[in-house]
Amino acid sequence: MNARRRALDVAVIAALVTMPFWMAEIGGYTELASRILVMGLAAMSLNFFLGYTGVLSFGHAAYFGLGGYGAAMAIKYLGLGTLPAIALGAVVATIAAAVIGALIVRRRGVYFAMVTIAFGQVFYFIAFRWSAVTGGDDGLSGWRRLPIDFGFATLKIEQNDKAFYYFVLAVFAVCVAAMARLIASPLGRSFVAIRENERRARFLGLDIERRIWLSFVISCFFVSIAGGLYALLNNFIDPRALRFDLSGNLVIMAVMGGMRSFWGPLFGAAIFVALQDFLSSRTENWMFLIGLVFVLVVRFFPRGLLGMLTRGAAA
Amino acid sequence: MTQLILFNVFNGLIVGAFYALMALGLSLILNLSGVINFAHGGFLALGAYFAYALIPYVGFWGALVVSPILTGLVGLVVERVLIRPLYGGDPLYGLLLTFGLAYMIQDGIKYVWGSQSLPFKAPVWLMTSLSSDYFFLTGYRVFMIVIVTAAVAALFGVLGFTRLGMRIRAGTRDLETVSTLGVNTRLLRSLNFGLGVYIAGLAGVLAAGQLGLAPTMGDNLIMPSFVAIIVGGLGSLVGTLLGGLLIGVASGLTAVYWPPATEAVIYAMMGLVLLVRPRGLLGEEGRLH
Repeated sequence: MNARRRALDVAVIAALVTMPFWMAEIGGYTELASRILVMGLAAMSLNFFLGYTGVLSFGHAAYFGLGGYGAAMAIKYLGLGTLPAIALGAVVATIAAAVIGALIVRRRGVYFAMVTIAFGQVFYFIAFRWSAVTGGDDGLSGWRRLPIDFGFATLKIEQNDKAFYYFVLAVFAVCVAAMARLIASPLGRSFVAIRENERRARFLGLDIERRIWLSFVISCFFVSIAGGLYALLNNFIDPRALRFDLSGNLVIMAVMGGMRSFWGPLFGAAIFVALQDFLSSRTENWMFLIGLVFVLVVRFFPRGLLGMLTRGAAA
Repeated sequence: MTQLILFNVFNGLIVGAFYALMALGLSLILNLSGVINFAHGGFLALGAYFAYALIPYVGFWGALVVSPILTGLVGLVVERVLIRPLYGGDPLYGLLLTFGLAYMIQDGIKYVWGSQSLPFKAPVWLMTSLSSDYFFLTGYRVFMIVIVTAAVAALFGVLGFTRLGMRIRAGTRDLETVSTLGVNTRLLRSLNFGLGVYIAGLAGVLAAGQLGLAPTMGDNLIMPSFVAIIVGGLGSLVGTLLGGLLIGVASGLTAVYWPPATEAVIYAMMGLVLLVRPRGLLGEEGRLH
């Protein structure tokens, strides 16, 4: 099993490192590859909470969008560089998650889901209504991602799609490695213990509410970094990045790829983003088909792609 | 100023009535089946468009009767084919499935009726204003309040005084015992789901006359309905009703004093309720935590 897992790790890393070079061969383009990475990071961050702590959040788009707006506004209004802008967005989103998390951490199950969805809408309406600052429904444009100056060299991510892809991949790698370490740590183990049997974990003396809160905040922190990258990818952000549709899409990515496996949500994101890109270029009624994907996944592949593969291996 | 405030309170009450109707249907389904029906806004739009299609044949009043029933029937089929297999499983899947369904219904409506909004004809005599001082008191709005009140009274009547209602209430408390006592709980859940969707359809017909027809018309109503349920308290239908009206009026009043916060205020109220009284105004302690 360990060898299989190691082989999967190597395969995924190899695929990600070489993606810009074979993406065109299979009908894609570099920007699509970047989008897969960004949404993959978002779905994996959500899964840190959904899959590893086992609490149903349906409002992660709020923190994704906050990270995006934070980064965009930092560049547009404060003139910050790319990395400090992403960091500022992440700080803002993480503070919001910490406050809201404290309010909702005692809820469970469907109730938790309902509260997270509803709270997510606050930020949507703020972005929508406060148009003097956020650009309102039209979104926030009039800014561009800037080249990153390391002192000894400059990474020209502003015009070179491939350079930007590798910048995203670097951020992705750091975040994913951090999440993997966290999951393997005693803290991460306690999250899994809460998922498996909350009552038993409580009897063992774990402070359940504080740990769920912590997991929520960590997960929102990483999802907000994905949001910052998303804004940079498009040189644009609009309120749809905060809306509940996106929360639902992130959850289906995690489920479709496999909630119980580390790389699962990345696979789910790749399928979802590629499918969305393909369908929306072919037909006006792509949303119907995306909805159908939701229904089919729930009815026939609830364990997700990687979940099915690992079960097949166990049998 | 008084007139402006009255106008907005009245407006808020009307919007709140929609929130309450939506939330009552959602609550029924959530309480008995543990499913958050994300497609509820889609069913509302479906009710409205059915009415639009039926009016040329059966008139406004006929559509008001027939269209919610049709919507309820669609709900019954959806429950039977898609939702029933998910009962008892992880609530995540019910949420995801109805979420996908909401996409499908919305896009299906766009495909059939187009994405632009359509005019909806209520009888002319309903659309005239009843008073020149209180211009906002149009016949249609008063009519809507009458219908909503009647519908809510009928719903509480059914739940309080019929065998079906008694079983629904009992099943909300303990479905297993109800099943042991010989009640067909599958049928019960189906009927309950159909009833919830029927109410959404009715709300849709009324909303079409007030807000106009658009495929996305349910989108703006579903989130406040969640808030209405949370504010009113999970498990209490009276609470849901109160919650809906309350947030409607609150957002109406906010529209007078601080328009940009019109929508945000209801979420602030939800935050406050969760902070001060987590179970909601009339919710029961320890339910679905």
